[in-house]
Amino acid sequence: MAQNDQSFEQISPDKFKIVGGRSDENEKLADKSVSFWKEVVLRFSQNKLAIFGLIALFVIALLAIFVPVFSPYSYREQLGLYNAAPSAAHWFGTDDLGRDVFVRVWQGARISLFIGITAAIIDLIIGVLWGSISGLAGGRLDNIMMRIADVLSAVPYLLVVIILLVVLQPGLLPMIIALSITGWINMARIVRGEVLSIKNQEYVLAARTLGANTWHLIKRHLVPNALGAILVTMTLTIPSAIFTEAFLSYLGLGVPAPRASWGTMASEGNKALTSAPWRLFFPAFFISLTIFAFNAVGDGLRDALDPKLRK
Amino acid sequence: MLRYIFKRLIYILIALFIIVSATFFLMKLAPGSPFASERDFPAEIEAQLNAKYGLDNPWYIQYKDYLVDTISFDFGESMKYKGRSTNDIISESFPISLTLGIEAMILSIGLGVLLGVIAALYHNRWPDYLATTIAVLGISVPSFILAGLMQYFLAYKLGMFPVSGWKGFNYSILPALAIAITHAGFIAKLIRSSMLEQGNSDYVKMARAKGLGKWTTVFRHTLRNALLPVVTYLGPLTAGVVTGSFIVEQIFAIPGLGRHFVTSITNRDYTVIMGTTVFYSIILLFAVLIVDILYSVIDPRIKLKGAKK
Repeated sequence: MAQNDQSFEQISPDKFKIVGGRSDENEKLADKSVSFWKEVVLRFSQNKLAIFGLIALFVIALLAIFVPVFSPYSYREQLGLYNAAPSAAHWFGTDDLGRDVFVRVWQGARISLFIGITAAIIDLIIGVLWGSISGLAGGRLDNIMMRIADVLSAVPYLLVVIILLVVLQPGLLPMIIALSITGWINMARIVRGEVLSIKNQEYVLAARTLGANTWHLIKRHLVPNALGAILVTMTLTIPSAIFTEAFLSYLGLGVPAPRASWGTMASEGNKALTSAPWRLFFPAFFISLTIFAFNAVGDGLRDALDPKLRK
Repeated sequence: MLRYIFKRLIYILIALFIIVSATFFLMKLAPGSPFASERDFPAEIEAQLNAKYGLDNPWYIQYKDYLVDTISFDFGESMKYKGRSTNDIISESFPISLTLGIEAMILSIGLGVLLGVIAALYHNRWPDYLATTIAVLGISVPSFILAGLMQYFLAYKLGMFPVSGWKGFNYSILPALAIAITHAGFIAKLIRSSMLEQGNSDYVKMARAKGLGKWTTVFRHTLRNALLPVVTYLGPLTAGVVTGSFIVEQIFAIPGLGRHFVTSITNRDYTVIMGTTVFYSIILLFAVLIVDILYSVIDPRIKLKGAKK
């Protein structure tokens, strides 16, 4: 022991030097920190199907906006050419009243998309309000609100919609009302679930302990954390609204003539299938493509937002 | 369990009451009368007709009569087709729709499970892509479009199936397929993802480590557990098959209940609309209840809300 002590003393201090490594630098992250939403965008953009869906929707929206404006024909103009096959003048052919199917498809796209998106927005507003009030309030109010939603959701959706449309007379507004009358329940349930799970998280408790008020909690914690689920639900509501609209139009409860949504056109096209198959084919193709694209984007969003799939 | 079923039965009753009342009041508000197409007959005859169906009573008497009739399941005579009672129409046409519906359900579950299993077993290889593409197409293409296309190509052009009508098993294949494909797509997606999830679980790894063959593992272990989400889907499936029948029966000219429902709407045949709506509601509400009970029986981990043994 004594020898060791001596050998220590023999090492001169100038043999030591500072090689760096300050404590605050040790704490630095090796990689640049990526915010949550940047990461979501990154993961979303790696999903080929979702990107395809997004591009398809973009193109469909552009065509729906501009084709009826710039086309030489109008959607109600009768050109005297009945059930003509697709040609250079009429890209998608003409129908039994001699109207240009190309313009009608894009005019129909406006109606179908408008109905789908409006119904989804109404669902969003009612659903988010109902769900968050119910989730935040808790107790008896929550119980009553959720029982109302339970009973309403037990009512078969399409039967109600059909009967409502019979009564309200077919049209744009009745269609939207009919679609959103029970459509909001799903959104309300999802929002309530999110609110309940976030409400009991430790960081919310911590924020509350630090003196944050309810408004701050909603703004800083509830909304950003529930946004993902709300976004996904909304993206997936639109295609189902478009589908239901097409279904109802097919039953003859759609927007009245001379306007026509994709569903009405497909319904008329189906009757003329043997003589003019293009009248079914084009609206059918675009309904399917739109529903597919919205579903692909919704699925992609869900995957991108799922922290479990984080790499 | 009993408490849970009781609670659900009360929900069903409330929902039925809402449907029955809503249908009644909406029908009262609806413009048009079932006798409108025969406008030119004298006022006395119209008054007599209204008296016959009780349409001249004040609304609360009509409502009371209607509620009593509904409870005794007597919806009266069709307003459009003289001498045919709504109950007759239902009992005549429902068996046809039921046959079609059961066929469609078997098809959609069979097809969906098959596609889903193939996709999961060959994860990220071509059979997976093929099965997923079929599933996605099935979900994206609405059933009425599919029905029209199949009728045109398979029945009309190629003559493989009868074009329309209801005279035997052959006639039911295309309609059942048209209803089934959308749901088969959903089921395939469910099975695929839950099989992939189960494939990573410890008990599957254990089974493989013990030396069980690939197929034995799939059928004895993975698939059994992967089928659970499909059971939850049975409720929406029943509803989907019912609504699918509205249009598909129309396209293929099948004399089922769905077609009568749609015809009664265009005819404003109040008694038939109300009768079929209530009938459909009862079926759908009980289907969902049965599925929920079934689910808790199959998966003991699920505890029904409000059930305390």
